[in-house]
Amino acid sequence: MIRITYKDSEGHSRTVEAQPGSTVMETALREGIPGIEAECGGACACATCHVYVDEAWTEVVGKPEQMEEDMLDFAFEVRPTSRLSCQIKVTDALDGLIVTTPPRQG
Amino acid sequence: MDNIVKTDAVADVIKTDAVIVGAGPIGLFAVFELGLLDIKAHLIDILPKVGGQCAELYPEKPIYDIPGFPIITGQGIVDNLLHQIKPFGPTFHLGEMVAGLEAMGTAEHPLFRVHTDAEKTFEAKVVIIAAGGGSFQPKKPPIAGIEAYEGKSVHYAVRKIEQFRERRVLIVGGGDSALDWVLNLHPVAKRITLLHRRNEFRAAPHSVNAMRELAAAGKMDFILGQIAGLKGEAGELKAATIRGEDGSVFEHPTDDMLPFFGLTMKLGPIADWGLNLHENLLPVDTEKFETSTPGIFAVGDINTYPGKLKLILSGFHEAALAAQKAHRYVYPDKKLLFQYTTSSTSLQRKLGVA
Repeated sequence: MIRITYKDSEGHSRTVEAQPGSTVMETALREGIPGIEAECGGACACATCHVYVDEAWTEVVGKPEQMEEDMLDFAFEVRPTSRLSCQIKVTDALDGLIVTTPPRQG
Repeated sequence: MDNIVKTDAVADVIKTDAVIVGAGPIGLFAVFELGLLDIKAHLIDILPKVGGQCAELYPEKPIYDIPGFPIITGQGIVDNLLHQIKPFGPTFHLGEMVAGLEAMGTAEHPLFRVHTDAEKTFEAKVVIIAAGGGSFQPKKPPIAGIEAYEGKSVHYAVRKIEQFRERRVLIVGGGDSALDWVLNLHPVAKRITLLHRRNEFRAAPHSVNAMRELAAAGKMDFILGQIAGLKGEAGELKAATIRGEDGSVFEHPTDDMLPFFGLTMKLGPIADWGLNLHENLLPVDTEKFETSTPGIFAVGDINTYPGKLKLILSGFHEAALAAQKAHRYVYPDKKLLFQYTTSSTSLQRKLGVA
């Protein structure tokens, strides 16, 4: 079982179960996690599923690819830990992952 | 009916049978279904290209649920649709938003005036709203109080270059819009500053090189960082608060700001057309896909009805049925005969294959 914790900007946290092969964005939508809009539906085309990956997890999660890095230009308050959650594939290695949603997606 | 059209005729009004709002896949296919019934159409879209979300959001992404196509990309289906509707010679009005819609006819004989923000006026017997998720509009940065500056010193598009003469202009972003305006406004503005969060750009390399040369020659400023706040009074910007790459926060004096953060979908002026709305969607019946106003149809993602699925294939079906009813309005005296493209000589003649 893979568990992902979503924290919001006010510190509320929700832990849900994720399916391997799905994405961190899809998991959030399926579980009704607020703060992730995913306007484009996961095409890496809108930057409204922006999350901050917990410092302890940045290495496991990895860096964004070029296309995602480009799209992060459209997000706000981008940090070194910023990722678009539609581009993070859920794997067993991500069990326990913590991400924080920004105050606004835009 | 003809008399009504003539009485209200205005010299520069574009007269047509149908105006289609939105040139996404469903708007395009509506041209086909209307065309088979001899209904001529003009399409209006806010994007500078056809294809709607398919072309703007996922041109390269595969779609797996278009009947008859096990796999096709967003751009692929748009290209195919353009090919398919070619015999019907639709007219496209791209880069324009429908700003207003007036009903002028009656329930039996509808007639509409459609106005765009490019000051075009259309007169049509039916209007097909195929607006998808609404119109693509510039994304506004979520900066507290930004609304107060919009239109005065914060601009999401440039309408008149002269407006920026001898002004200090802060341009935010790293794509083609941002870089193009850096280069185009540079000769006019007092000082151009480009603010971008990283030292890499999505924009065309030659624009980036031109910008770097200007910055190296001291003719403009390039700041690595992100926008954090705005300072000013009564809509007049005085400075932007910037968070630099190293985390330092500082103020940058400026008269104007042009943020380029991509596009987002907004319902837009459709909300003001006097149509029934339900959660930003247009309720329709499932026989004709007509809205609360006779003669105005809504097809594709913009409509809602019990069991609605936001699928391209549903939109295709909706367009076919809407066209049947549209025929009644456009040709009230003609009988509509149901025919197949496989066997009807008349349909094949329209398609240019018989």
